[in-house]
Amino acid sequence: MVEHLTPGRKAFFAFNYIFLTLVALACVLPLLHVLALSFSSSSAASAGYVKLWPVEFTLSSYKYVAEQKAFLKSIGVTLERVAIGVSVNMLLTILIAYPLSKETGVFRPRTWYAWIFVITILFNGGLIPTYMIVKYTAIMDTIWALVLPAAVPVFNVILMLNFFRNLPKELEEASFMDGAGHWTTLWRIYVPLSLPSLATVTLFATVGHWNAWFDGLIFMNTPDHYPLQSYLQTIIINQDFSAMAQADLDSLTKISDRTVKAAQIFLGSLPILLVYPFLQRFFISGIVLGSVKE
Amino acid sequence: MILPGLLLILVYNYGPMLGLVISFQKFIPARGIAHSAWIGLDNFKYVANLPDTKEILWNTIVIALMKMVANLIVPLVMALLLNEVRKAFFKRGVQTLIYLPHFLSWIILGGILIDILSPSEGIVGAMLKSVGIEPIYFLGSNHWFRFVLVTSDVWKEFGFNTIVYLAALTGINPSLYEAAIVDGAGRWKQTWYITLPGIASIIVLLSVLSLGNVLNAGFDQVFNLYSPQVYETGDIIDTFVYRIGLQEAQYGVATAVGLFKSIVSLSFISLSYYLAYRLANYRIF
Repeated sequence: MVEHLTPGRKAFFAFNYIFLTLVALACVLPLLHVLALSFSSSSAASAGYVKLWPVEFTLSSYKYVAEQKAFLKSIGVTLERVAIGVSVNMLLTILIAYPLSKETGVFRPRTWYAWIFVITILFNGGLIPTYMIVKYTAIMDTIWALVLPAAVPVFNVILMLNFFRNLPKELEEASFMDGAGHWTTLWRIYVPLSLPSLATVTLFATVGHWNAWFDGLIFMNTPDHYPLQSYLQTIIINQDFSAMAQADLDSLTKISDRTVKAAQIFLGSLPILLVYPFLQRFFISGIVLGSVKE
Repeated sequence: MILPGLLLILVYNYGPMLGLVISFQKFIPARGIAHSAWIGLDNFKYVANLPDTKEILWNTIVIALMKMVANLIVPLVMALLLNEVRKAFFKRGVQTLIYLPHFLSWIILGGILIDILSPSEGIVGAMLKSVGIEPIYFLGSNHWFRFVLVTSDVWKEFGFNTIVYLAALTGINPSLYEAAIVDGAGRWKQTWYITLPGIASIIVLLSVLSLGNVLNAGFDQVFNLYSPQVYETGDIIDTFVYRIGLQEAQYGVATAVGLFKSIVSLSFISLSYYLAYRLANYRIF
């Protein structure tokens, strides 16, 4: 199809490209500004000279952050949380999605089970009762308080079960014919064939655990056990420095508060910025498969 | 196979639902649920008579509705504009950049917003000053706070919401466009008579499903951006529950407010699910 370009059409194209470029820039410029701040000297930052490029380039904010014990500890907690939390999430997602993807003829109470899980998205006990349950099950102030209450990501289960369902039935029949049971079929056939969707769901689970902050704030009594985002919440947003050691506080007075925060903001988002471009193509197809159905 | 997940769900999701009974108690943690006094609906009555209650309910609904409308329209417009782009690398580049904020937490974005919107040091204030406007204290002004909430929420989520529309757009049969061109339809007419009707069912579906969020104005965002100065226009149910529940330790009262919210939300979700089923033939499974 050859398209004739009228002047109006050309003008629209020009406008469209410029407009979309501006919109796209608006999504990243604030981040770049903060990045530039983090590399700038504190005097340049407080004088307002810093736009998108560092002024009087220095690494002193990062050096300061790297020396802070609380910051490093919180990264450790977050890494532990992501490792345990994502493994648990993924294992349970697969184990729940597989039976729920079966027809009711094969797995009779399927619909019942499905509703039990879906209801938890629709209705929940709310803040205080959840807090109490975590307390009663004696996992308060341990890494399990960050993992177990969010162990079953129902939204991901729905994505996965819709994907499992779209796999051809013949594969499953062939595998049963060869004498495989449900377990073998799941791990040898379904899981290897679902790698793109599993990658999407893993990305969601990882981002979810990396970004979570509220549970850390309320379930961890000791600031030492805060995951990174909860720690950043107290330092950057709340400006509550009680979680900081006296020695850290003393060195903070020698350096600009603002560039340090910028460095922490950037470090807090770095892992996501790093994994995101590689996983992008997966999540788009994964979401589309899971959400838009015929 | 399903057992481990089921057990965890029963403990950590259904367990708290049992805990909702404390909204009918004068709950004292040391005594536990079994020995706290039952007081019927007193917690609900107490909240209903608080002077702030109306304001909080109003804030929640207004902020949630503004976000809903903006989050439906902006991604739709973006998807239509992106759909007109012919150069694949440009399209992909724009998409990559606009999805990005979705993956950052409100801690990170809140930190960025607090910095760039700060009237004394922020870059936005500096820009306003350079064109002769006094820097505005966006996060401390009741006039601007909701505007910042809605704008920043759209900024975070519009790229991600665009995906669904783009997927729907690729589903439209190309021969329809060819037929329209033969009939002499211009670009606007094609958009109006083919593209929009083609994705109408998705638009209806998303608007209906968003109804379930009418009491969700965004705890993470509001909690990280607000301050006592803007409680008047920015305090929402979830932040209120946090304050009276965990900070003031009025467990029964906070649970009552949470229960009220859950029940209203549940009825809205049920309604929207029913409408989605009737209007767009949507089902979860």
